[in-house]
Amino acid sequence: MNESVRTLLWLIPLLPFLAFVTIILFTNQDKKVSAGIEIAAMFLSWLVSWLAVALAIWSPHYFVKHPLILSFPWFPTGTTVFQGGLIVDIPSAAMLIMVPSLITLISIYSLGYMEGDKRYSRFFAYLALFATGMLGLVISDNLLMFFIFWEIMGLCSYLLIGFWFEKKSAYQAGLKAFLTTRVGDVILMAGMVMLFAYSGSLTFRDIFSQANLEHLANIHVMVPIAGSVPLAVVLAILIFWGAIGKSAQFPLHVWLPDAMEGPTPVSALIHAATMVSAGVFLVVRTFPLFYVVAHGDNAALHFVAFIGAFTALFAATIAVAQFDIKRVLAYSTISQLGYMFAALGIGAYYAAIFHLLMHAFFKALLFLASGSVIHGMEHAHHHLLHEGHEEKLWLPFDPNDMRFMGGLLNRMPKTAWTFIAGGLSLSGFPLLFSGFWSKDAILGSAWLTGHSVVFWTLAIAAFFTAFYTTRQICMSFCGQPRTAMAEHVSESPGTMTTPLMIIALVAIGGGWFGIPTAFPGLGLLVHNPFHHFIAPYMTYLGLHVEAEPFLWGPLLVSFTVVLSGIFFGWLLYGWHPMKVGAPDPLEEPLGPLWTLLHNKYWIDEFYNATIIALTIWLARELALFDKVVIDGIVNGVGYLVRLVSRWLRYVFDEIIIEGIVNGMATISNWFGEWTRQIQTGQVQNYLFAIMLTLVVLLGLDLFLI
Amino acid sequence: MSFNAWMLTIILFWPLLASLVILLLPSEQEQQIKNFAIWSSLLPLLLTSYLLWDYGINHLLAAGFAYSVNILWIPQINVHFHIGVDGLGLVMVFLTTLLTTLSLWYSKGVIHKRVKEYFFLFLFMEMGMLGVFLSLDLVLFYLFWEVGLVPMYLLIGIWGGKNRLYASIKFFLYTLTGSVAMLLAFIALYLKSGTFDIVELSKLHPFQGDIVLGSIVFFGIFLGFTIKLPAWPFHTWLPDAHTEAPTAGSVMLAGVMLKLGAFGYLRILLPILPQAFIKWSMLVVALGVISIVYGAFVCIAQDDLKRLIAYSSVSHMGYVLLGIGAAVASMRPGAIVANANSAAIALNGAALQMFNHGIITGGLFFLVGIIYERAHTRDLGVFGGLSGKTPYYYGLFLVTALASLGLPGLAGFWAEFFVFRGAFDIVRIWAIVGVLGVILTAAYILWRIVQSVFLGQFDEERWGNKLTDVEPYEKVTMWPLVIIMVIVGLYPTIVVNFLNQTSINILSKLP
Repeated sequence: MNESVRTLLWLIPLLPFLAFVTIILFTNQDKKVSAGIEIAAMFLSWLVSWLAVALAIWSPHYFVKHPLILSFPWFPTGTTVFQGGLIVDIPSAAMLIMVPSLITLISIYSLGYMEGDKRYSRFFAYLALFATGMLGLVISDNLLMFFIFWEIMGLCSYLLIGFWFEKKSAYQAGLKAFLTTRVGDVILMAGMVMLFAYSGSLTFRDIFSQANLEHLANIHVMVPIAGSVPLAVVLAILIFWGAIGKSAQFPLHVWLPDAMEGPTPVSALIHAATMVSAGVFLVVRTFPLFYVVAHGDNAALHFVAFIGAFTALFAATIAVAQFDIKRVLAYSTISQLGYMFAALGIGAYYAAIFHLLMHAFFKALLFLASGSVIHGMEHAHHHLLHEGHEEKLWLPFDPNDMRFMGGLLNRMPKTAWTFIAGGLSLSGFPLLFSGFWSKDAILGSAWLTGHSVVFWTLAIAAFFTAFYTTRQICMSFCGQPRTAMAEHVSESPGTMTTPLMIIALVAIGGGWFGIPTAFPGLGLLVHNPFHHFIAPYMTYLGLHVEAEPFLWGPLLVSFTVVLSGIFFGWLLYGWHPMKVGAPDPLEEPLGPLWTLLHNKYWIDEFYNATIIALTIWLARELALFDKVVIDGIVNGVGYLVRLVSRWLRYVFDEIIIEGIVNGMATISNWFGEWTRQIQTGQVQNYLFAIMLTLVVLLGLDLFLI
Repeated sequence: MSFNAWMLTIILFWPLLASLVILLLPSEQEQQIKNFAIWSSLLPLLLTSYLLWDYGINHLLAAGFAYSVNILWIPQINVHFHIGVDGLGLVMVFLTTLLTTLSLWYSKGVIHKRVKEYFFLFLFMEMGMLGVFLSLDLVLFYLFWEVGLVPMYLLIGIWGGKNRLYASIKFFLYTLTGSVAMLLAFIALYLKSGTFDIVELSKLHPFQGDIVLGSIVFFGIFLGFTIKLPAWPFHTWLPDAHTEAPTAGSVMLAGVMLKLGAFGYLRILLPILPQAFIKWSMLVVALGVISIVYGAFVCIAQDDLKRLIAYSSVSHMGYVLLGIGAAVASMRPGAIVANANSAAIALNGAALQMFNHGIITGGLFFLVGIIYERAHTRDLGVFGGLSGKTPYYYGLFLVTALASLGLPGLAGFWAEFFVFRGAFDIVRIWAIVGVLGVILTAAYILWRIVQSVFLGQFDEERWGNKLTDVEPYEKVTMWPLVIIMVIVGLYPTIVVNFLNQTSINILSKLP
């Protein structure tokens, strides 16, 4: 069985790629067929993926020693040959549980959401290409292929954010996303090529062999300021910069909120569930490199923990002061990814993977539900325009703005309840919802390992998370409609609500697979299967397997911050629902702090004024330098030559020479006349000259031989 | 002698023969001339393809040159008609024959002025370029080098744009300056060693031990090649020449002619004068990095699409210099290199970049020509929204632009990856600066080009129905290039296999 699944692995990324090619080249005129091809390819890819996943779940211990590997010689590198390859091991399998399932479901959802779009086929083609990238990345067995698929996803992200390219904000957001992540990617590439040079390979199993890891840990390199640092730490930090870009961590987080310009299924799939968490997966994959020096107590992991925890809190505070329903979720994504990095930074490998998967489901759910809301708002707007009720329409209309909503609970109940389920999961509502269990695993690990700064930062961030989520739910769904659009909203079609409900089930119940065994009552009931799935692999990597974190301390803190966050959120936004045109209840009490948060700490403005302005200034100055200085020298030399020849003619020639060799004039005159005839400006004469030269040369040749 | 031994001679002189036939055809029979030129250019392409196949089977791991012909030509000064190829030469020959055929095919649709002269010159130029890639004798090399120069000068001067005279003379004088320096250096090599034979000279290493004279000769040749490449600060002829040249002229100029300089580094400069090259390797690295970053910055400030792509060539050819320079720098006394393969990988990267840049930038110039034929402007400020209006054109352009950007999965990535793989091991500080170019490249490709031309609102009032999607003959021009970009992107081995052994050979013969 293992053998036959192994030989099928290449189908996982290939099927979506074939769908992409087919749609682009052949079926792009037919919307239905194009969408059908994409979904069929995704379904088959899902099937193969789950065959592999089933094998892994069947026997994790065996699987750790015998993962499915398919490798092939790729290209020569001097005297050696680079081996490419695909692998399904435990981390890949964990990702394969989530990735193809969500891509398939979100493709189905898109059938309804993208209905009527003039570039429907193109959308599904891009989705298929994205699936190729993400699935390929998950099952790459070496960092180079990982990087290639990583960049292909980056391209799809660019294309899909700017999908509605007529809109300036959309294409600018796409560009911003690509360039910002490119900064991280370039640093990652630098780390990758150095890792390649020092290890002679990029295959994960080779790089992370004990001998090679020790080799990397024992080489020391000089770094400005820090002095002598183990190479492994330097490489780990360089690689982590790739994750900072892709997973939108501070200071490269600025692209993700703008990326919400893309169609909502894209936001759900790429900018919440899969691509942005690929950064976390990168660190998961290369974790031995982070861990090898001093068992994780080194600068690289400290850096990861710092960036993660800081971003978790930083982004959560911004989310409190946003009005765009998708931007709130975007900042929440940045914040939640920060949790995962913080977990990795303190060595909580298992908790990070667990939270990655749970977050993917509940955040995708939140985005899809918000997409359903936006869809409803837009259709209501169209409807009202059509009916000629212009006077009821607020201009300018923004279907994403929560201030225009209100009271949607009764009008679109399926959407509302699934959104609320996702929201409670995100907040970490105790016991029932998946987010509670995965977030608690992280908090528990931080408490257990004594990282109190990380613990309290994340705990405060958890309060904000619960608060802004409640604010969002109350503003959108509670109270009375604040506009005519919200008044006339109706529930979205079945293609959209069915995937919502399926994902909602996972977003609620998924966490139950990771209830700590030591948890009173519940733990004994389910025995924490997810931990049993990951733990053998951690042992294999030589990581310290954390005792399944369950402690009363962090649990009580978690209970307190989450419930108080929800309570205060409800107090401000639910108890007295927002009135039409009223300011946010926090605006006045917070004053300048609110302005700061609402403007996202002015980081965008800061970048525009510094890095971007400097680049453009340099570009202009260098172009000017090219024109004035370099070309000036070239033209100057030309002018000088003419000047010298003129001087030779008028001064040297006419006065000095002419007097001496007057007789020569006749000859030079004759010569001048003759050469003038050559310079006719007619091509055929030049050609004739060329031909003549050739013939003479040829003749010379024959004659001389 | 076997049949294969004459292949290169046929490939080399067939274009000359064809061009002479064109001279005999009456100039009013334009269609016949066009068709004849295209059909006759197919033969060298097919023969080269056959040789690639044969080389892949029989010579892939050979240490010397394959299919060589060596006949004494001018005994008085010991000049031989000596031609032959290694993997790199063969790949370059393929690039030349392919781009020539595509250029002629494309020109068929757009050239209506002085057709006979145009097609004659084009084939004549092909011979010159092929000669450079095939020559194993310095005199032969120099002759072909100059023979390729004149037709390009005329192509720009006659079929060029408004400012064509300034551009063509600048091009001619710039490269001629380099050529003269090169010729003097070649003569010096001959006087020292008594031979013009490249293979011989590569064994003799004239001026070995005499670093002063060696350096002088080195810089003579270096100037000729570096102007042609072109590297900063000798690059300003390129934007002018490109902006004024007709589309197919730009394609050949960027696609093949710039490679002559880079090829000269690997065929002549490094094997014959290794000691001086090693001494000055950091200068080469520095020029490479400056070209990469400077070129990319200047691209951002351009408003003319063709001029922008011309500057992007400066930036992209900088990778070639960086790769070669890094490989040579690894042999400096006291250089610390972690991996024994780094130098070979860097050379592979440089050589692959030569091929890639030919395919990709050749493609870009075709694409610029396609839109220029419709809009009669290349001003980046006047387009927008073509992504929806001309989706086929957008698709072709996007793939080519992304390949130029170095997106993994397309050809351009591999060369950058190999170059940086070598450079980060050998000349780390310079590599760190050079990597900045990768970000800037993304900026000028996506921001200046793709965004200005394809995204945003389409200006219906200005364009009406003028900007139509690509015609079938334009598709035929672009598809071979796009397919190569994708195939090399997924499986670089198909080209690197030919280059790898060449790199190993070059490095192993150095003292």
